[in-house]
Amino acid sequence: MGRALAVLLWLITLFAVVLFSGKHGWFPESISEHGPAIDAQFIRTLIVVAIAFVASQVALGWYVWRYRDTGKGEAVYTHGNTKLEVGMMLLVTVVFVSLAAMGQKVWAQLQLQDAPADSVPIEVTGQQFAWNIRYPGADGKFGRTDPKLINDQENPVGLDTKDAAAKDDIVSVNRMAIPVNRSIKVILRAKDVTHSFFVPALRFKQDTVPGLAIPVHFKALKTGEYEIACAELCGLGHYKMKGYLMVMDDAQYEAWLKDRATN
Amino acid sequence: MSETSHAHQVHAAPTGFIWKYVFSLDHKIIGLQYYFLALIAVFLGMALSIIFRLRLAWPTEHWPLLAKIFPAGFEGGPMLPEFYLAMLTMHGTIMVFFVLTTAPQSGFGNYFLPIQIGAHDMAFPVLNMLSFWVTFVSMAVMVAALFVTGGAPISGWTAYAPLSALGEVAGPGLGLGQTLWIISIAIFCLASLLGALNFITTVLNMRAKGMSLMRMPLTVWTWLTTAILALLSFPVLLAGGILLLFDRIGGTSFFIPAGLVVSDKVIPHAGGSPILWQHLFWFFGHPEVYIAILPGMGVTSQLLSTFARKPIYGYRAMVYAVFAIGLLGFFVWGHHMFMSGLSPMSALVFSMLTLTIGVPSAVKTFNWLGTLWGGKIRFTTPMLYAIGFVSLFVSGGITGLFLGQTSVDIPLHDTYFPVGHFHLIMGVAAIFGIFGGTYYWFPKMFGRMLNEGLGKLHFWLTFIGVNAIFMPMHIMGIMGHPRRYAQGTEFQFLSGTQPYHVFITWAAIITAVAQFIFLLNFFWSLFKGKKASDNPWEATTLEWTIPSPPPHDNFAGKIPVVHHGPYEYGVPGAPRDFVMQTDQPLKVGKA
Repeated sequence: MGRALAVLLWLITLFAVVLFSGKHGWFPESISEHGPAIDAQFIRTLIVVAIAFVASQVALGWYVWRYRDTGKGEAVYTHGNTKLEVGMMLLVTVVFVSLAAMGQKVWAQLQLQDAPADSVPIEVTGQQFAWNIRYPGADGKFGRTDPKLINDQENPVGLDTKDAAAKDDIVSVNRMAIPVNRSIKVILRAKDVTHSFFVPALRFKQDTVPGLAIPVHFKALKTGEYEIACAELCGLGHYKMKGYLMVMDDAQYEAWLKDRATN
Repeated sequence: MSETSHAHQVHAAPTGFIWKYVFSLDHKIIGLQYYFLALIAVFLGMALSIIFRLRLAWPTEHWPLLAKIFPAGFEGGPMLPEFYLAMLTMHGTIMVFFVLTTAPQSGFGNYFLPIQIGAHDMAFPVLNMLSFWVTFVSMAVMVAALFVTGGAPISGWTAYAPLSALGEVAGPGLGLGQTLWIISIAIFCLASLLGALNFITTVLNMRAKGMSLMRMPLTVWTWLTTAILALLSFPVLLAGGILLLFDRIGGTSFFIPAGLVVSDKVIPHAGGSPILWQHLFWFFGHPEVYIAILPGMGVTSQLLSTFARKPIYGYRAMVYAVFAIGLLGFFVWGHHMFMSGLSPMSALVFSMLTLTIGVPSAVKTFNWLGTLWGGKIRFTTPMLYAIGFVSLFVSGGITGLFLGQTSVDIPLHDTYFPVGHFHLIMGVAAIFGIFGGTYYWFPKMFGRMLNEGLGKLHFWLTFIGVNAIFMPMHIMGIMGHPRRYAQGTEFQFLSGTQPYHVFITWAAIITAVAQFIFLLNFFWSLFKGKKASDNPWEATTLEWTIPSPPPHDNFAGKIPVVHHGPYEYGVPGAPRDFVMQTDQPLKVGKA
């Protein structure tokens, strides 16, 4: 029984190692400036975790194999070894805390620094079950909105056209064009319940919270079309709340905006 | 003798069926009532999970049998996404509250805590009875939510506001179903408070002579710590639940901000904060994780020592680690909220604190391995479950290193990665603690042994099954699959995850079927199992000094005197390979 259990523990360990080898599904290609730093921290963590995981499971299996009751000999009578326990504890503390400290750097860059002054401003408003994307237009200012004016078909964010700044605002549903290689400053809002703006290729996720305007920023380094998903349970259509992030070169982006403005 | 023994009893043994088995004041009967409540709940929760897994594997398939039971959930043929969410919400809620909080703490704790410290009952027997019946009412209300018009709530076990606060306008199940859900949880909070007070008082006041704190079995330490966590965390959930209820039916706005528009209708609320709910919920929710897992750690320690025939390695370190985990557990709730709009600065603090919880957890693992080292391991069914617990605790715990880091959490938050993580640790590791405890204590509770052959078969299938279910979920999470999606087929980036969904569903079905082996074994052994002796496992703690099953007041009036620590196995010079806690002190120098 002991030997069979040991073998099973090792097989489970092997199963986990094979799963995490990267050949059976992994992150999509990273297209953002900060993405590689997150991926690198993930790999650093994976190395620490893999060592601790394999060592613990293999040791567990080995003890189960080695110390099965064979009817011979005596069990070791010990109540522990304080030096060994404290030493192990210090080692774990140092490793875990340094890992955490390293991980904070990327977070600090993303979250504690303001977006650069020349960032492209865009507003994203989550609703059941769509993404409303708003551009400030030529004046660079987002116009006034009013919840009372909201109409899903014609005015999804409730633009108040009496405000001059609102007249040139551009609103797009589920399609978010951004220029490549430029910092994008996004204001995240929600109209009804909490959603979460999740773009796997950007390594980006942030809840959109009713009542809050959360400023975030990122930079995409590769043109193409990428999916925007919702990552916070928002109701029955949560699983199909899909948008597209279209990363374009500057000329294409300007043309897209112009085309949108005339429509 | 009979007079003196009677004088020791707080309450006399009842005679009628109602007072003996229904409104019993006996902690053992109350423990069993909790246990059977959890047994019903765990099979219900499991059934719900199989139902929603069907949709994940085969989103367009028709299920005629289920459609007959829940016609509203299958209008138009395939399972509706809202029905999927209702099943998921009820699965999570029932498992967390009525299984993981109920069985290990209220079930085993009630039954064995007084016996293990040498008490004839809990400190407050009437409170104890009340806490069970209040829990029962809570469960009845929760189950009722499954069958009301509109169905069960679809807001998940975390019931994030404003989705949970706005009512039917936000989606099906968010009307009466959600209201019942909140009422049930509020009632559950009350019951847990009554139970927690009782546990703490009993441990502090009612220990037998010689049962110093540092001679208490580790199970008692974990029940005590868990009771303290429950006492401090459930009131916060209770407050949150009441505020949420006010928002729904009283027109208040604790969690609903101004200017919300649902389906073109402006919601007439202003001034609330959705994030406030998350703080209140997770201030309870994170300690709750430890409420679920700590008693399992205690049971595992007890079993590893017993069946390795060795003292627990580093008893004091284990006690301190349990307390450290409990204490730190109150300062890390923010790690559930890195993406919530929480201040990024506080996220940094929560992240650092979270990773320090890894330290006492590593101490536990290290000392469990130390306990096995050099032992003479007997592979009984309870021991298999204890070893399985250690393996699952490592697998499930260690991935917390990813999720606890702010930056790494960005791509992983709210994906299947945390689903795999928390199921392995607070789900199945905790369940393995319950199974281990069941196989270990069944002879004491019912006077008969469980069948070892069936027990082992149950272990092998379950251990392989849970790994097959939850390991692949981590990879789906890395691929970016958000949790709580009714299907994963709507997005291009999820195209590689469908084979995993199918694999996991099959693994879940097989694992679920294997649980009927346990059920069969349980009820067959209850009536036909081999008669158990007083101490079938040759264990050392006080419950093994009394008959199986124990008499009404546990020690038949003779409160024991304790001379030894709880895990004295393989003591050199002792007449046999274990020294029971009540054995006379060993004569020094005897060879």
